[in-house]
Amino acid sequence: MEEAVKMQTPKPNVENQEYWQAAGRGVLVIKRCIDCGEAHHYPRAICPFCHSANTEWQEVAGTGVIHTYTVMRRERPSTVTAYVTLDEGPIMLTNIVDCDVDALRIGMHVKVRFADADEGIRVPVFSPR
Amino acid sequence: MTIRDKAYIAGIYEHPTRKAPDKSLAQLHAEVAIGAVADAGLTMADVDGFFCDNDVPGLGPISLVEYLGLDVRHVDTTETGGSAPIVHISHAAQAIASGKCSVALITLAGRPRSAGLSANPPPNWDVPELPFEYPYRSSVLNQYAMVAMRHMHEYGTTPEQLAWVKVAASHHAQHNTHAMLRDVVSVENVLQSPMIADPLHRLDCCVVSDGGGAIVVVSPEIARSLSRPLIKVRGAGEAIRDLRGGRANILESGGVKSGAIAFEEAGVRPADVKYASLYDSFTITVIVQLEDLGFCEKGLGGRFVADGRLISGVGRLPVNTDGGGLCNNHPGNRGGMTKVLEAVRQLRGEAHPAVQVPNCDLALAHGTGGWLASRHGSATVILERE
Ligand SMILES: [Zn+2]
Repeated sequence: MEEAVKMQTPKPNVENQEYWQAAGRGVLVIKRCIDCGEAHHYPRAICPFCHSANTEWQEVAGTGVIHTYTVMRRERPSTVTAYVTLDEGPIMLTNIVDCDVDALRIGMHVKVRFADADEGIRVPVFSPR
Repeated sequence: MTIRDKAYIAGIYEHPTRKAPDKSLAQLHAEVAIGAVADAGLTMADVDGFFCDNDVPGLGPISLVEYLGLDVRHVDTTETGGSAPIVHISHAAQAIASGKCSVALITLAGRPRSAGLSANPPPNWDVPELPFEYPYRSSVLNQYAMVAMRHMHEYGTTPEQLAWVKVAASHHAQHNTHAMLRDVVSVENVLQSPMIADPLHRLDCCVVSDGGGAIVVVSPEIARSLSRPLIKVRGAGEAIRDLRGGRANILESGGVKSGAIAFEEAGVRPADVKYASLYDSFTITVIVQLEDLGFCEKGLGGRFVADGRLISGVGRLPVNTDGGGLCNNHPGNRGGMTKVLEAVRQLRGEAHPAVQVPNCDLALAHGTGGWLASRHGSATVILERE
């Protein structure tokens, strides 16, 4: 088991601040287009598929599988960068934490949790479930 | 309007330095510019079009045109990362074909090795994807590594196959006196080098070098007036690839589109290409490009490169005979320029005799700039010796 590293702190803007507010409550949200029905990530005010401005935030369980990953061996402790395929469809860049890095596999089931950054910001990360 | 046969590469220059602690960025741009213009047999006063990317210091082309003392009537600064110089050849050919200029100068320079890796600018939070990548320490390295990991999972590509790309580059680099790494390495050497980001070892990664290069693209009339080999721009394509809202296949690069456009315009097929310069920021980059440009089926890139098949005189497709970014030069962390320079040397018959492809009359140069697994610019150019 490796200890999670301190997350680098993002700065929310007017378009994505709800995402970070939800993360602060321990909730993962994604954007879904009301017009075409498609979910996407990272979140945008304008749907990248049909370009409708009729998009809404959707709370999700934060469950998915590892699509691909890498272990950054030069960092201490090693960090794991990954794309996780959310059950809703989109892949999402993240870190995998609290795991045995040598036991990670593509297709492994993971669940969201939230790691602390500075300025009260919390960042979604994933762990094996 | 097609650019086919409308423009020629008349001059090239690759800066010999790989470390430039005592030269400014503008100075490097000037040295490569003067070198390429002289190679063409022209003077700086003949240059009427200037092309560069965001790596130039100051106000883009404004500062550089002043520094170089140019008198131009056309400028272009399309930024597609490391593939930009290849896009610039296409754009220069378009400008020449439409009469906007007749002697186009393209420069690239950088000094990341002297500047050190800590010279990163502060984050710009207006970049829409940044807040969703920055917390996770997303980087060039881990983005390409994730493509390699998924490629191995989906297609059975092996670490040994990845290593063969470096082995081939090192076989070529031994003949290049300017190359940063000149020792021939084996598959075992690559696999025994430290793991940097699974599954990429240190020797799966390119060099970090200072320096640069320049290209002069001219009209057919000017090309024929110069006593240089006639290297014609036969076709070109460009593409931007991204994550498409989280729905993209990360194993498919922009080369699928830029390559198809370039081959269509050139009226040739991958099997016609005698020599290829392929972007080699990492070994996986070459494997993905071979597949996406149509040199082999998707998923078979690992098998295509194994057993020395990229080595000139040995394999069916010689690739990066200057040693590539993996062993020779990756100036300013942007490899597109050196890709074109070696393709032109091959077409002129000016590559090192040990790596020169016999009767090399059709060559391809391709670049992938940015991050392979997330967003990148791809550019392909097909060049022919007349
Ligand atoms: Zn939509």
